[in-house]
Amino acid sequence: MTQTIVIAEMNNNAVHPSTAELVTAAMAIGDAPTVIVPCTDASVANGAANMGAGTVIAAKSGAFTHYDAGGWAEALDAVAPPGTVITGASPQSKDLAARIAARRNLAVIQDAVAIDGNSITSPVYSGKAMQTVSISGPAVVSVRSNVFAASSGGATEASVIDTDGNVATSVAEFMARASERLDVGEANIVISGGRGMGSPDNFVHLESIADTLGAAVGASRAAVDTWEAIPHAMQVGQTGKTVNPSLYIAVGISGAIQHLAGMRSSKYIVAINKDADAPIFQHADYGIVATWEEALPVLHTALKSMLD
Amino acid sequence: MPNIVVLVKQVPDTNAKIAVSGNRVDLSAVKMVMSPYDEFAVETALQHREASGGEVTALTVGGAGCDKILKDAKAIGVDRIVRVDAEGEMDSNALQTVLAKAVTELGAEVVYCGKAAADTGAGSTGPGLAERMGWASVSNAIGASFDGGLSVIAPSGAGNAKLNVPLPAVVSCDKGDFKVRKPNVKGIMQAKKASVDVHSIDAPASSVTVTSHSLPPAKPAGKTFDGGAAAAEVAQLLRDEANVL
Ligand SMILES: Cc1cc2nc3c(=O)[nH]c(=O)nc-3n(C[C@H](O)[C@H](O)[C@H](O)COP(=O)(O)OP(=O)(O)OC[C@H]3O[C@@H](n4cnc5c(N)ncnc54)[C@H](O)[C@@H]3O)c2cc1C
Ligand SMILES: Nc1ncnc2c1ncn2[C@@H]1O[C@H](COP(=O)(O)O)[C@@H](O)[C@H]1O
Repeated sequence: MTQTIVIAEMNNNAVHPSTAELVTAAMAIGDAPTVIVPCTDASVANGAANMGAGTVIAAKSGAFTHYDAGGWAEALDAVAPPGTVITGASPQSKDLAARIAARRNLAVIQDAVAIDGNSITSPVYSGKAMQTVSISGPAVVSVRSNVFAASSGGATEASVIDTDGNVATSVAEFMARASERLDVGEANIVISGGRGMGSPDNFVHLESIADTLGAAVGASRAAVDTWEAIPHAMQVGQTGKTVNPSLYIAVGISGAIQHLAGMRSSKYIVAINKDADAPIFQHADYGIVATWEEALPVLHTALKSMLD
Repeated sequence: MPNIVVLVKQVPDTNAKIAVSGNRVDLSAVKMVMSPYDEFAVETALQHREASGGEVTALTVGGAGCDKILKDAKAIGVDRIVRVDAEGEMDSNALQTVLAKAVTELGAEVVYCGKAAADTGAGSTGPGLAERMGWASVSNAIGASFDGGLSVIAPSGAGNAKLNVPLPAVVSCDKGDFKVRKPNVKGIMQAKKASVDVHSIDAPASSVTVTSHSLPPAKPAGKTFDGGAAAAEVAQLLRDEANVL
């Protein structure tokens, strides 16, 4: 069987639960993987216990203090045995996957959504088509979250290996994000507004529903381009963020192909639009033909009574 | 004065419908354009030249049909346009090996590229090229400044960070908070006359082969409701039928 290695998905210096999904993906290729946890403090590697790993290694290094693609790839490469390497598909993990692959002279396949032995499927053309490739020999594969079931059992303890890498970049300044709100790329529910919201001030109606749901607020490019108060960080789509939440609510968004590119893989899509012919309705699980002025207060009341 | 290279790739227009026939995408009827993020890479490269002098070379790997996007880059203001002649599919390993040789031949000190090509959506090329060159890299940059050395703004943790980037380096560019310049009449005239410098570089064999393309699984038709009052029913369905609340 092919030896597999999972680079743990990290969030705020902790092992992210989606790492257990990466273990399942690795086992679709080969043996129970070696899970490697990049860390400065080896105790965080305990977070990868009971995720189905064959072995867990805490790769401990000062190089992991801030993210530097080259330094991280070098430090992880030194610890990882040969084999097929699996990472998450967050922007940072895809970047790391590409550098590890190049370091090992391997090919990299990004955003896998299905794996069957050496056959791997991922979306291409912004999700307008799926591509299946076959790999001969080891490769590096990044795997989308929310696709594979989480694995469990397996290794319960981590062994610690000290490692190092040459960190080339340095942080001159951390910049707080424009708002304290949840980022669309991280949220499990996203509610987005488009030009149909009429004015940036009306986004407060989306924000209050987002607060009820624990959701992030997103926007179409038309909204971002038209209103200065709506920052690009909120943009979903081809030239914005790609989101994969379990629920996406599009309000006053027509559903242009470039917007769909960023959200079409959401598990459930709700659309609120006053135009029954808006293309977004062809992609919605639940479509409401109404103005947002009519629909949002009703939606908010119903959600509040359900969730509070 | 740095030698600046910007990578550009030809891809289907993002408005285009992608058809699949015989298990392969059929691009014969599709308009081809420069990949959208590459426009931000070109703009960043030109801003770098304006700040520190030097030359900008636009580089692509592809067939003769890709000359058009090189001419587009020329019209916007790059100095030189270079194409490494290649046909057919290459995996990331083969493509990056070719790019590394080309970037070495061009004597580049800094390379800008798009954060992800609109066809692959991968985002592998920038960091992979940097690793092969032994260079620093930063991906998904949304801004850059050039006085006192290169620094870029890129996502970091929950926010953004301004990073000092020692040269040589590869920077992959996201949509920035700036407008990309458009070609002017003079640029378009120059681009018409400009000739593409064609290189040939051997690519190693690919270990990844495309076996099939398919359309994404069709979603079952959704339910549509008329009038805002239906929002209450939808909320209920989200909980009871979809199980997402
Ligand atoms: C290269 C390229 C990249 C792009 N990248 C992106 C991207 O990343 N993300 C993106 O979103 N777009 C992107 N676009 C733009 C895209 O083509 C569309 O122009 C954009 O998505 C439209 O945004 P919208 O739906 O908010 O606005 P519109 O198309 O103007 O739609 C507004 C909608 O609101 C509805 N409406 C109006 N009033 C109300 C009301 N009171 N209540 C309810 N509904 C109402 C209307 O019926 C309409 O459907 C890109 C375009 C290009 C060419
Ligand atoms: N064949 C190519 N020729 C030139 N540049 C390329 C090529 N493929 C990818 N790139 C560059 O690398 C970026 C990311 O591509 P990808 O890794 O495929 O997502 C693109 O936006 C281009 O800037």
